Amino acid sequence: MKALFGQLLLGLINGSFYALLSLGLSIIFGLLNVINFAHGALYMLGAFAAYVGLVQLGIGYWPALVLSPLVVGVLGLLIEVLLLRRLYGLDPLYGLLLTFGLTLVLEGAFQQLFGVSGNPYPMPAQLSGGADVRFMFLPWYRGWAVVVSLLVCFASWWVIERTRLGSYLRAGTENPRLLQAFGVNVPLMFTLTYAYGVALAAFAGVMAAPIYQVSPSMGSNLIMVVFAVVVIGGMGSIAGSIITGVGLGLVEGMTKYFYPELASTVVFIIMAIVLLVRPAGLFGRER
Amino acid sequence: MKAAPWVERLGYAILVVAGLVAPFVVYPVFAMNVLCFALFASAFNLLLGYTGLLSFGHAAYLGAAGYVTGYACKAWGWPPLFGIALGTLVATALGYIIGSLAIRRSGIYFAMITMSFAQLIFFLAVQFPWTGGEDGLQGVPRGTLFGLVDLSRNLPLYYFVYAVFLFGFAVIHRTIHSPFGHVLRSIRENEARALSLGYDVARYKLLAFVLSAALSGLAGATKSLVFQLASLTDVHWHMSGQVVLMTLLGGMGTVLGPSVGALLVVALQNELASLGSWVPVITGAIFVVCVLAFRRGIVGEVQALVKRSF
Repeated sequence: MKALFGQLLLGLINGSFYALLSLGLSIIFGLLNVINFAHGALYMLGAFAAYVGLVQLGIGYWPALVLSPLVVGVLGLLIEVLLLRRLYGLDPLYGLLLTFGLTLVLEGAFQQLFGVSGNPYPMPAQLSGGADVRFMFLPWYRGWAVVVSLLVCFASWWVIERTRLGSYLRAGTENPRLLQAFGVNVPLMFTLTYAYGVALAAFAGVMAAPIYQVSPSMGSNLIMVVFAVVVIGGMGSIAGSIITGVGLGLVEGMTKYFYPELASTVVFIIMAIVLLVRPAGLFGRER
Repeated sequence: MKAAPWVERLGYAILVVAGLVAPFVVYPVFAMNVLCFALFASAFNLLLGYTGLLSFGHAAYLGAAGYVTGYACKAWGWPPLFGIALGTLVATALGYIIGSLAIRRSGIYFAMITMSFAQLIFFLAVQFPWTGGEDGLQGVPRGTLFGLVDLSRNLPLYYFVYAVFLFGFAVIHRTIHSPFGHVLRSIRENEARALSLGYDVARYKLLAFVLSAALSGLAGATKSLVFQLASLTDVHWHMSGQVVLMTLLGGMGTVLGPSVGALLVVALQNELASLGSWVPVITGAIFVVCVLAFRRGIVGEVQALVKRSF
């Protein structure tokens, strides 16, 4: 029983990371029409920024939680302004290929610098240990990771769906030209949206650092699953991305308990089923 | 996009002659490696260049066929031709299953779906007991062709691989220039119009997908005999990206482009092998440059140049 709930909690954590990443992918794709393959690499970069900050500069977990998404966000700004911007108006496949190339560069460089093996990142002292709830042992950090990730997801949903700023984003997703005609600085919005999306990925990276080891390949392993999550959920709705992400994380956790052989493949199998039954995805619409 | 016919013919002539003398000029295993990847990239180009479908999971067919062929030849002692046939068959079946699911979505989703399924194949290759996990299948016997030609020597094997390549290349060439190939191109240019003209677009796409998967499988099966090895490298997503790069660099939608791209990428990796992790960094940088500034690829640029000057 304890093992089951332990797996479910881990599933919930993974699920909230899936949600953070697919949320970022969705808003980037919605506005920029770019599938950001480098999302996983930037998640990895977020974790490494925290790790390097700690080891080299003595910056702890709490500042890193803010600083590392900022650093990666700035990198995102540069990527959008220097590279992606040149591809608008072309087939969206080129955006995928470009960010794929970036992924190879980032991952290879970090492998060269830090080796292939994982680097442990210490748990923040305030959150080490845990509580023995009746049906399971709840490590504080894991509980924190779930709550905060979901809060960030929810806040993003709220900003996009319920505020004026978000209404610009939604309008830009529908018709960027018309929005520009209304005097909104759309190119700037593109840049900031990309930066925000990758900052979310970096944030997930920092959250993940104390749970998983910080390694150069941590991002690409995750991004493949997130792509499947995106296909399953469809990129049409923000809430849909969050629900799909969390749900699939839980399913994965349960599979790990009941049938571990399938744990790494279950998401892809669900994807195949969804494609058969509802090709547009659970929350998607055909476009 | 079509070059003057004499340019194409000249290109083929150079290709055939170069293929015949290659093992005397360069190390035969290197030449065989190039041929396998040239076939792989040409098969991939059938999908990306001529049908406009970006599959980001073609490693699945290359790798799966490699494993099956390797296993059949090693564990069951099958002769090489039968082993290759079985590997190709499995890749074809896999292409049919994945293809019929993937064509339910288009564009960017298509890429993500094929990528995800390739990852599924990768995980299966890690988990199945018969694939040898991290070690892969090592020491696959090359066997003898028709019980006569000993393929364990590099030179006979080279000409065997060359024959396989020419066969695959001829199939692709025939496909591209057939009415079927023209329908594929019309789907690439304007899917809605092809549909409204009465073509069953989904079936055409699926057939192109299966054909591409089958020929990728043929390349992978042959490759496992050349290196006597089937390993996780061949089903990894890096491999799926690599074939995209070869096609893009050489020129997608051109007949010879993928082969040129394959030659360049394989040669580059050979040269840089000692640099370890810098290889993906350099590959990635080439990717970025190609996408930003060089989308027609080498053969595409040459064709455009020839067109302008004649």
